[in-house]
Amino acid sequence: MDGETALNLVIFLPAAAGLALLLLPGRLHGLIRGAALTATIVTFALSIGLLRNFDPAADGPTPFQFVTSIEWIPSLGIGYRVGLDGISLFLVLLTTLISPIAILGSWTGIKERVREFHIALLFLETGMIGVFAATDLALFYVFWEVMLIPMILLIGIWGSKDRIYAAVKFFVYTMVGSLLMFLAILYLYAHLASEGVESFSLTTIYAGLLDHPLSFPEQVTLFSAFALSFAIKVPLFPLHTWLPDAHTEAPTAGSVVLAGVLLKMGTYGFIRFAIPFFPDAAVAAVPWISWLAIIGIIFGAMMCLVQEDMKRLIAYSSVSHLGLVMVGLFAYGSSGFNSKAVVGSIYQMLSHGVSTGALFLLVGLIYERTHSRRISDYGGFAKIVPRFAAIFFVTLLASIGLPALSGFVGEFLILTGTFETNRLYAVLAATGIVLGALYMLNLYQRVMLGKADEKRPAVADVNFREMVYMTPLIVLMVLMGIRSPWFTRLIEPSVERWLETFRVAAAG
Amino acid sequence: MNATRWMFLIPILPLAGAMLNGFVGRRLPRSLVALVACGGPIASFCLAVLWFFELRSSGDELVNWLGDWFALAGLDVPFGFRLDNLSAVMAVMITGVGSLIHVYSVGYMSKDAGYARYFTYLNLFMGSMLILVLADNIVLLFLGWEGVGLCSYLLIGFWYEDEANARAGKKAFIVNRIGDFGFLLGILLIYVTHGTFDLRQINTDAAGGVVSASGLAISDVAKLWIPLLLFIGATGKSAQIPLHVWLPDAMAGPTPVSALIHAATMVTSGVYMVARLGAVYSAAPSVMLVVAVIGVVTALVAGFIAMSQYDIKKVLAYSTVSQLGYMFLAAGLGAYGIAIFHLVTHAFFKGLLFLGAGAVIHSLHHEQDMRRMGGLRKELPVTFALMLIGTLAIAGCPLLAGFYSKDAILEQAMEKNLILWAIGAATAVLTSFYMFRLLAMTFLGERRGAGAHAGDHAPGGHHDDHHAHAGPVKEAPAVMLAPMAVLAGLSICGGIVFHDLPAFVDSAHVAAHGVLGALVSPSGLLGTVFFLGGAWAAWFFFVKSPATREAVASRNPAGRVLWRFSHGKLFVDELYDALVVRPLDVLSQIFYLLVDRLLIDVVLVSGTSFCARVVGSTLRLLQTGRVPTYAGWLVGGAVVLLIVIFMVLNGR
Repeated sequence: MDGETALNLVIFLPAAAGLALLLLPGRLHGLIRGAALTATIVTFALSIGLLRNFDPAADGPTPFQFVTSIEWIPSLGIGYRVGLDGISLFLVLLTTLISPIAILGSWTGIKERVREFHIALLFLETGMIGVFAATDLALFYVFWEVMLIPMILLIGIWGSKDRIYAAVKFFVYTMVGSLLMFLAILYLYAHLASEGVESFSLTTIYAGLLDHPLSFPEQVTLFSAFALSFAIKVPLFPLHTWLPDAHTEAPTAGSVVLAGVLLKMGTYGFIRFAIPFFPDAAVAAVPWISWLAIIGIIFGAMMCLVQEDMKRLIAYSSVSHLGLVMVGLFAYGSSGFNSKAVVGSIYQMLSHGVSTGALFLLVGLIYERTHSRRISDYGGFAKIVPRFAAIFFVTLLASIGLPALSGFVGEFLILTGTFETNRLYAVLAATGIVLGALYMLNLYQRVMLGKADEKRPAVADVNFREMVYMTPLIVLMVLMGIRSPWFTRLIEPSVERWLETFRVAAAG
Repeated sequence: MNATRWMFLIPILPLAGAMLNGFVGRRLPRSLVALVACGGPIASFCLAVLWFFELRSSGDELVNWLGDWFALAGLDVPFGFRLDNLSAVMAVMITGVGSLIHVYSVGYMSKDAGYARYFTYLNLFMGSMLILVLADNIVLLFLGWEGVGLCSYLLIGFWYEDEANARAGKKAFIVNRIGDFGFLLGILLIYVTHGTFDLRQINTDAAGGVVSASGLAISDVAKLWIPLLLFIGATGKSAQIPLHVWLPDAMAGPTPVSALIHAATMVTSGVYMVARLGAVYSAAPSVMLVVAVIGVVTALVAGFIAMSQYDIKKVLAYSTVSQLGYMFLAAGLGAYGIAIFHLVTHAFFKGLLFLGAGAVIHSLHHEQDMRRMGGLRKELPVTFALMLIGTLAIAGCPLLAGFYSKDAILEQAMEKNLILWAIGAATAVLTSFYMFRLLAMTFLGERRGAGAHAGDHAPGGHHDDHHAHAGPVKEAPAVMLAPMAVLAGLSICGGIVFHDLPAFVDSAHVAAHGVLGALVSPSGLLGTVFFLGGAWAAWFFFVKSPATREAVASRNPAGRVLWRFSHGKLFVDELYDALVVRPLDVLSQIFYLLVDRLLIDVVLVSGTSFCARVVGSTLRLLQTGRVPTYAGWLVGGAVVLLIVIFMVLNGR
């Protein structure tokens, strides 16, 4: 199979499977779960094929590989255009990996509307992969919006007590951003069309904007609209308050997908659209975004210190970690955006997806047994569930950036790059390493250590199914921690290429 | 075996042991777990010794690369190991002392339920520590640095069912991370200054004052801040003021752990790091002075606190902090070889003292309070003899190991800075005093208050009988005494046998005296006086005339204040609690309520709740569970979107 076909299959196979599930009777839960799992595993296998065929040295006319380009609405220049570069490749892989794991993680937790749940998850997967694979601005926007719906349903239907509030909050936040971005897209199209460039193709837009730059005020306005939409997704302080609610109320699979993949759409949006479209505005925004990101790092960590709900704590830790990603993306110095920091940010996105995804799975796993997320309901669990404790501990170490695990590589590259461009930012961002250890070890101590309550009914340790889905994540944390060249080998050339797609006027 | 191909085995063998015991240890018989656990370090020791002698005879450094950790344009970090004189000495010491303590642990932990887990952590520690000293670049060194910190956390909190132990482990990790914050910034500054992480290259550049890659002079700012930031890391790891607070608490771990990690090896990494980057430090005289001052002040203060502690392990813990201070004093004076010399001899006698304390604690069923000891020389004659050797060695008895290394440090200070020397000399007297006090309280006189009440610091929960003082006090088994005997032998002759170590480690070092010359040098003679003075004072106050001690410590107002401060550990923990820990908690709580709950959620997004009600009722309609409805939503949404795009754009 050639790469183009494979990529299209990767995008649509989940949704097709979702439609097929409609044909199954809703009562056959086992069959539905099995079918959904099979579809996502096949999708993952196909995406591994993409990884193997990806050529980091390719030097084609576009930065993308496995390109499909079919005119869809020719009169407007909208096409079905998809393709991958080294950046989106790994985000697609992250999505295809997380999806079967999310299904396995919900195997026993979801007992109602099982068929609909899996349909939503499968459509969500297609939407997310589409967002990363789209190389057409209009197509991207379609996927971006499509993906929201199953996510809202996941939170609003299969969530816990305050799910409606959380779903609506999530909806309102993201819709506000989306609408602004939509208007900005229209303006951008109008601008290029007036110069004779009538296409939503990304490569055409990049080239068009190099030839026909926007004025600075235009850039700032449009950048703000895009940035707001993406910053909500990241989430950047102070737009983060939807996240703890959404995470806490969502079912395990929802939290895993949210933390693992969805948040990365915000940072990915900055990389793919906001920065290359409006580079001068992006440069002007560097101090604003950097400071908000730094506040997010510290503030998010401080919030973690006072949380009583495990999921809420992990949600706030995401605010802190994604803050660091933003600092890296906006590490801008005299020689432009810092490629090391950008590679680090992308690495951190992947690492965070794996480790935080794993943390939510673990919380979900223990919640299924105890029906509590309150930290104070726990204590001494290391004795009761030693395997769980070991996995939890390794995951937590990866999350706080212990060297030889995945988190360190991204953090280190981001801090190195940022230190080159702005020492103050780097120093402030690095405080996260102290605070991260503090809140995570607090969590571990309160849940796992100390004396177990002897009156507590027995809790079973991690079972075989759970080992099956935790193992690949643990392996990845270690591999990403000690063999970073396997990943950066593909990411770095794409980042270099990315830096060439736009020029910063101010730097000359 | 060819070292340039196989050197990585030194750290990998213990790591492999950790993997094995970690995954299947719980299902293996204890004897096999012990075999695996001890086998790795002992094999590493043999290799380290082999290559040490190869290195000594050939003079060629051995390097070994094991692929890339990072490989980006202009940022390249290999898994590279280098065995040079300094790292070879460290590797031999770590694997040697480490192996002995592993063997000792076989006896000490024999009844513990977490046997395999214990050895997993201990092996993991050995691997990390060896990576730390063998790393050829500072990022890999940092990996080892963080790795040993992690193992320290795990082993301090080994008996985690006791909340206090878990807290002590966490405190150690957090305080270390504060130091690591500085260390990491130091690494970043090295990178932007030198453009490399390679330790050898950094030293070469620093010595020349120029970055060889670019030919540019190293800025004064970098010259000053690189060693200073790295030293912040060292104060964390090596428990120097102001980050010394974690080490005494770390005694919550099993005693062999205290011997290995919190005396002989990990806590000396800071000293090793300074010696490793000697050229960087030498290029910044003002930072050198900071190192020396912090070192000597820590030495004095910790010695002062050690005088009045009752927990036998706390005395040894503060003693360790104090001796580490000596090492930093030496390093700060530029005598890196001497610092490493003291590091090695200290590993012998402090390792021995901790193992001895462990044997006492083991025999007394986990009693650690010296007020409930006394007279143990009768029941534990072997332990007493071994502890006596350790005490003589650390206190500076002529001809023993500690005498030579400490004398070398004080002699350097005497030459270079009399104030530093005076503080160091006072510390020497204190050292002798608190060590003989420990010996007297534990082994001399009569047994006091056996079984009076439970020990405050007894490691909890792992022994059902740890409060039961019944049963005869028995000497520890041979598996524990044998490693102590080896360390005792080294404590006796280590100073003489390894007399050339400073010159071997630091080629710039010029030996002042021979083995006998040191005895009659002015500094050596004074050292003997300090040793005798401290010992006499301890004998006087704790054996001959305890009443005088009571009078000084409780009735004399000055004595009472001093005693209070010493016993209260200068109240540093209380200070940090009030200044840092609690404010951070309160601030976080306030921010959470004020900013996150109130300001952003209620004020800024007051619309949300309104929207929530409107959209919420709509959503509830959706919750009918009818799939066609969702599908309709999906398709409908996409269609509406496309129509909008169409209309807006065509109308333009």
